[in-house]
Order: sequence, then C-alpha cells, then structure tokens
Amino acid sequence: MDIKDIIKPENRVYGKTPLLTDNVMHYCPGCSHGTVHKLIAEVIDEMGIQEQTIGVSPVGCSVFAYNYLDIDWQQAAHGRAPALATATKRLHPEKYVFTYQGDGDLASIGTAEIMHACNRGENIVVIFINNAIYGMTGGQMAPTTLIGMKTATTPYGRDPKLHGNPLKITELIAQLDGTCFVTRQSVHNPGNVRKAKKAIRKAFENSMMDKGTSFVEIVGTCNSGWKLSPVQSNEWMVENMFPKYPLGDIKDI
Amino acid sequence: MALRGAIVVDNEKCKGCGVCLANCPTDTIALAKEVNSKGYNFAFMASPESCTGCTNCATVCPDSCITVYRVKI
Ligand SMILES: Cc1ncc(C[n+]2csc(CCOP(=O)(O)OP(=O)(O)O)c2C)c(N)n1
Ligand code: SF4
Ligand code: SF4
Ligand code: SF4
Ligand SMILES: [Mg+2]
Repeated sequence: MDIKDIIKPENRVYGKTPLLTDNVMHYCPGCSHGTVHKLIAEVIDEMGIQEQTIGVSPVGCSVFAYNYLDIDWQQAAHGRAPALATATKRLHPEKYVFTYQGDGDLASIGTAEIMHACNRGENIVVIFINNAIYGMTGGQMAPTTLIGMKTATTPYGRDPKLHGNPLKITELIAQLDGTCFVTRQSVHNPGNVRKAKKAIRKAFENSMMDKGTSFVEIVGTCNSGWKLSPVQSNEWMVENMFPKYPLGDIKDI
Repeated sequence: MALRGAIVVDNEKCKGCGVCLANCPTDTIALAKEVNSKGYNFAFMASPESCTGCTNCATVCPDSCITVYRVKI
C-alpha cells in the first residue's frame, strides 16, 4: 500500500488538538512541560470546556503557558497561583480553574499558598510539575532535589546536613482534609502519558463536584538542568526519581 | 487483519529530542541528517513499511508535531 493512500484525512487517528495554539513552545527539546500542556489541552477539548476554563500560570519555565493553550489565563506572582485561583474560583464558581506550577514555585516560595489553598479545600485543580530543579533560572537546587543530586548550587551533590532533605510535598498535601484527590504521575512513555491524562481529567471533573482540591503531581524531566539528553533524562528519572517519588494515587475520595 | 500506519512530522516544529524514536516499538523513526531552520535534526519515517499507526510516538512528543494515520488491510 502506498504511503499516500494511508495519509488521508479519513485515516487520521491522532494529531495536535486545536486547543493548542500554533505557537512553537519555547521549552528545551524533550522538556516534560510540553507533554503536560498537551494533556491539559486534550482534556479541556474532550470535556468541551474551552470557554469555561481559566488557568493560572506560575513563575518558572512554564510562565508562558498562556501562549500555548487557547483558554483564559492569569499569571501569578511567584508561588501565588493558588491564591489567585482561589479568588477566581470563588468569584466564578461556574468556571474550571487550575494552577500550573513547578517545584520551585509550589514547594519553595509558594509553600504557604499551596498548603492553605489545599487545606481550605478550594475547588480548584493543581498541576504540579516536579523536575527537582529550578529550570528557568539555570538549574539551582529545589526543595525536591534528590540527595546527592548535582545542581548549580549543589555542585558536589545535595547534602542533607547542609541543604536539608527532599520535600515530599505531595504526601503532605494528601494529609490535608481539604484535598479529595492527590496523585503522582509521569509522562515519559505512552502508557504513563495516558494514565496522567486520566488523572488530569478526573481532577477537572472533581472541581465541579464541591469535593475540595485535586492535586496532580507530574514527575518530569529538566534535561538542560540535569545535563543529560532528553532520552537519558527519562531513564535517569525512572531510576532515581521514582524510588523517592513513587507513582500512583495517594488519596482518592 | 493487519494495520498499516504512517506519520507526518511537522519538520519546522520538531526539536529533534528523540523521545519519539525511543518509544516507537517498530523502529520506524530516525532523525534526519538535514536540519530545520532552527538547526534541529528533525524526526522522519525512516522505514515507512514498519509503521503500525500505534500513536506511541505522537503521544509522547512534547511539541505535538506528529500526526498519525492508520488503515486496516
Ligand atoms: C519573587 C521571585 N523570586 C525569585 C525569582 C526567580 N525565579 C524565577 S523562576 C524560579 C524557580 C523556578 O523553578 P520551578 O518552579 O521549579 O520551575 P521550572 O522552571 O523548573 O519549571 C525562580 C527562583 C522570581 N522570578 N521572583
Ligand atoms: S530549563 Fe528545564 S524545565 Fe525549563 S524548558 Fe528547559 S528542560 Fe524544560
Ligand atoms: S518527540 Fe517530537 S520533537 Fe522530539 S524528535 Fe520526535 S517529533 Fe521531534
Ligand atoms: S505510530 Fe507507532 S509504529 Fe508508527 S512511527 Fe509512531 S510509534 Fe512507530
Ligand atoms: Mg522545577
């Protein structure tokens, strides 16, 4: 069979969702942010809620998320996305409101905001991209950086005596009575991408059921910060990140 | 019944990250020797006869630059 006979509109089984704009993403080649953006876009498209969704972008590499998903957006001061999302959802309870935050944004400068928003049980979705590093500013240590992991500010590896311990903030969030769904996912292979998408969809659905906050951590890669190729980064993540940050649902009520 | 597939890569958008090749079960994809206008060796269907249209490559592509087609034969 000729390739030309296969490449026909009626045979198309997968392609870019129209909810993603045609802008070329500024992310490094292979960065997990792009894959997660796509999943959120597909969920919004499939749920038919483009007009009812408001995202809050963070400070970090994903600050420009608003250039890529064709929905309404706000952009928060560093770490304050949950506070902005709280106000937005309370003023517009009919809207689907989500934050998109990195580990520096959510687990460092924004620790107070995420803890209290989740403890209050705001009916929002939190998408938390844990790449164990400050990607945007050049690869400094984050609260989630692994013991022994080399970063710009831990050139000899993270030493718990000097730099403290990796913060499993998702497990802490699961302890809070305000959260209804807390899960940890990844997007490094097709099976995990599909699972992560299901989790994101469930989180969006929860946000209209008055159940409280849904929190989806995605363990991701920052290959530039980690100084590995994109494919090596995925392998390194499986070997080193997953033992500390195991995948799966932590809470689902 | 067999499945035949084909992919179309947006050469200009592709960043040559290689994540699609690593996830293709049939080794259909390779990175081109040529580069696009940004200097990236873009992905292409190097052995078109082996593609089954499984969509794995497009599912993991961070830049959404792969479209997948599939037919039953
Ligand atoms: C108030 C304030 N403090 C510090 C910074 C510098 N800064 C920008 S991004 C960032 C960390 C981003 O890391 P993360 O949230 O993990 O996002 P990533 O880039 O890894 O996705 C920092 C510290 C800032 N922009 N504003
Ligand atoms: S610096 Fe890291 S997080 Fe930022 S775009 Fe590059 S790979 Fe992604
Ligand atoms: S995964 Fe996407 S961006 Fe990366 S090489 Fe393949 S087609 Fe190009
Ligand atoms: S659709 Fe499947 S078989 Fe075809 S190139 Fe993509 S991953 Fe390979
Ligand atoms: Mg980070």
